[in-house]
Amino acid sequence: MSIARFWRETPHRYNLDGVRCAICQTVYFPPRSVCPTCSKHRQSIGRLEPFQLSGEGEVVTYTVVHDAAAGFEMQVPYVLAIVRATEGPQLTGQVVDVLPSEIRIGLKVRATFRKLREEGKAGVIHYGYKFAPIEDRSVPPEPKPPEEPTPVPTRTGPGSAKA
Amino acid sequence: MSYGAYVPRYRITPEEIGKVWGTDGVAMGQGLGVQRKSVPAPDEDTITISTEALRTALARGGIDPQQIGALYVGSESHPYAVKPTATVVAQAVGATPNLTAADFEFACKAGTAAIQTCLGLVGAGMVRYGVAIGSDTSQGAPGDALEYSASAGGAAFVIGREKVIARVLHTLSYTTDTPDFWRREGQRYPSHSGRFTGEPAYFRHVTECARRIMDRAQTTPKDYAHVVFHQPNGKFPQRVGKQLGFSEVQMRLGLVTPFIGNTYSGAALIGLANVLDSAKPGERILLVGYGSGAGSDAFDLEATEEVARLDRSIGPPVQWFLDQGVEIPYAVYAKFRGKIHMGGS
Repeated sequence: MSIARFWRETPHRYNLDGVRCAICQTVYFPPRSVCPTCSKHRQSIGRLEPFQLSGEGEVVTYTVVHDAAAGFEMQVPYVLAIVRATEGPQLTGQVVDVLPSEIRIGLKVRATFRKLREEGKAGVIHYGYKFAPIEDRSVPPEPKPPEEPTPVPTRTGPGSAKA
Repeated sequence: MSYGAYVPRYRITPEEIGKVWGTDGVAMGQGLGVQRKSVPAPDEDTITISTEALRTALARGGIDPQQIGALYVGSESHPYAVKPTATVVAQAVGATPNLTAADFEFACKAGTAAIQTCLGLVGAGMVRYGVAIGSDTSQGAPGDALEYSASAGGAAFVIGREKVIARVLHTLSYTTDTPDFWRREGQRYPSHSGRFTGEPAYFRHVTECARRIMDRAQTTPKDYAHVVFHQPNGKFPQRVGKQLGFSEVQMRLGLVTPFIGNTYSGAALIGLANVLDSAKPGERILLVGYGSGAGSDAFDLEATEEVARLDRSIGPPVQWFLDQGVEIPYAVYAKFRGKIHMGGS
């Protein structure tokens, strides 16, 4: 993909910037300039307003890719899914931080910001949305006991380097 | 005003690394005080980690990104040698175009240097909100001692005058030319001067900086509920804390390296984020960062009533990152970190 083309798509790839029809309230992603479902679609021209998706949604369907496209070899096997955003539109995207055995239709996901691809070792790096499962982030009320992270320093070895 | 942290999902143990190099990884881990270190996925880097951390911070504080007037990312693993990390992060949180942005580099203390810069800009009234991020995807050369601890993660802080959750009462730096750790232009992995990284470098700078800021603030270790040091491993911060007269209780929340490794520019700042996750109004916090080359930045902070009002349930707490994680074998780690020569162009 050319740098210029990707750059033009930055707002929606980075921030899930879509549009919403001011007449029928339908949300579109990626953005478009005419509302195709609205009964008055000629009148919708110029009335599609910026609308940012929340990034949350659920998996409609998915596939596990074993034979990767160039540039994705390091991530095999990875999950590619169609995600229905809470606001309605369906997006195609990779689902990360999930094992192929864990992915399922209906899985709740949220958008995350990742590298999409690199133009070789010297080229530009493209970033954008992927999806990750919405996980239970509750933490047990009692923090870890203090003795656990207490390795007693007895020697200064080569492992003392830092930055 | 707000803060957020992010640590990638994957983990590797010192034992697993030691197996590959024929060394006693368990002993190495115990010597360093590191149980596991985080590993970024192949599609994660300093830009993605910084963005995730800042998005959490903005969501927690309900902060309009268009009000950010300055955004600085401190790291020693910026994905580009030329092209800023900060512009991508700014665009990805919706802060562009009315802001100044730049990348900072000062080994592990680039993030705290960014905080000081934001304090200056906000204090002078030049910007409404400043954002300082410390984030890294550090690498140690295969087989080197650094490989047992160098990890990935970051934390973002929004600095302003409204809804202040932690007031910066004092900040002070201690800087010298000390060649303890470096990476020359074009080199893939850093070099270090072994034991020289200890006494003349980390310990001298951290203790001097901590003592000087306590002198200026007219405080003693007893005045602080929490203390956070830069933590290249699990043992250095504990030893320096004892030398200065801090207890393990004061150091407990600020010490995260044993569970995720050394996140370099993120290390002390993720420790601070962990403290802020449970800080109560009125608690005093001492933060002392360190960056090789060398320098320390210290901050004397006091949590305000606002810290209790901040919705800290938004986004993952640091403890969640410390507890979770998927352990991977060295072969997968080598693949993820680009250590395998793939052939071709």
